[in-house]
Amino acid sequence: MFILIVGAGRVGSASAKRSLEAGHEVSVLDTDPLSHERLDKDLLTTWEDSGGRFTVGTALEVDALMAAGIEQADVFIASTAGDNTNLVIAQIAQRRFHVPRVVVVVRDPGRAAWYAERGLHTICPTQQAIEMVEQAAFAT
Amino acid sequence: MYVIIAGGGKVGWNLARELIAKGAEVSLIESDHRRYRVVEEELEHAVQYGDATELWVLERAGIQRADLVIAVTGDDEDNMLICQVAKEKYEVARIVARVNNPRNLQHFKLLGIQPAVSATDLILRLIEHEVPEYGLVQLLALEEERLEIIELEVAAGSPVAGRRVADVPLPDGSLIISVLRGGTGFVPKGDSIINAGDQVLLILDPGLEESITRQFASNGAGASA
Repeated sequence: MFILIVGAGRVGSASAKRSLEAGHEVSVLDTDPLSHERLDKDLLTTWEDSGGRFTVGTALEVDALMAAGIEQADVFIASTAGDNTNLVIAQIAQRRFHVPRVVVVVRDPGRAAWYAERGLHTICPTQQAIEMVEQAAFAT
Repeated sequence: MYVIIAGGGKVGWNLARELIAKGAEVSLIESDHRRYRVVEEELEHAVQYGDATELWVLERAGIQRADLVIAVTGDDEDNMLICQVAKEKYEVARIVARVNNPRNLQHFKLLGIQPAVSATDLILRLIEHEVPEYGLVQLLALEEERLEIIELEVAAGSPVAGRRVADVPLPDGSLIISVLRGGTGFVPKGDSIINAGDQVLLILDPGLEESITRQFASNGAGASA
């Protein structure tokens, strides 16, 4: 599968490396050229030499999305630091480029729940943390 | 009328002022605390501190009873999200979004956010209005109603110069609504004469621009634009 990941933060870069290890084709788009270091970390060679792709650009720029290969993507993962950016680019991937599977990281539980009801596959780390804290605190 | 404005920058603050002066009930939401303090000195209870992209902040501002939501933050993604949530979750009757980067206009359209207002586009239209060589100026487009108003200059030697309005062969779905001449305008009747150098305002169905422009250009050859 071809996987496009926008935002190479902790979540994005780790997902990128795991996807590459699992044998998928992986392309990463980030506004910050230095985020590339996170992709190289723990690899024996560089990200590119391991077979990964990296594009510097803003996901709201359609040209950047195309350069990163959105038209070929089977999976689109929106994992920038901004909830609103993630929600907008996920909808662009879904409605304009018809990417079959779109996953979006949303840190605000309220918006994550509402957009999930509307058919976006949202992942809410905050909600996960809330549930885990609750379980840990009240476990008997 | 109850209006929620997201973003207390120059645009949002002045909009709030104007709307309050017109008698509207206004809540302005500002997420920067220092800016909030400044705006609050003047607007007092009409400004709230918070991130308007968070649902609970919108609910605290009473979005359920809002008649109009205006998103004018400096961030296009925020403006898109605020308007999308206002329209689709809270079913607010009217929304207005500010487009900071005109290249993002396509995304506002994709998400169904209308009207989306871009200062760059507005200024561009004003420039076109001041520079008649452009030939055709689009003054207003009502996209949902599928109508637009355009302004054309009557070129010397055009088929309509010197003709009565009633004799101008316009396609169905178009109408001359005003003639501007020597700095003043009038609403023409069927026997009003159109002169070369006049500016003519027309209302029309979108798509008719080209056939109409031909009538007003010299020799019927098409506008310079």
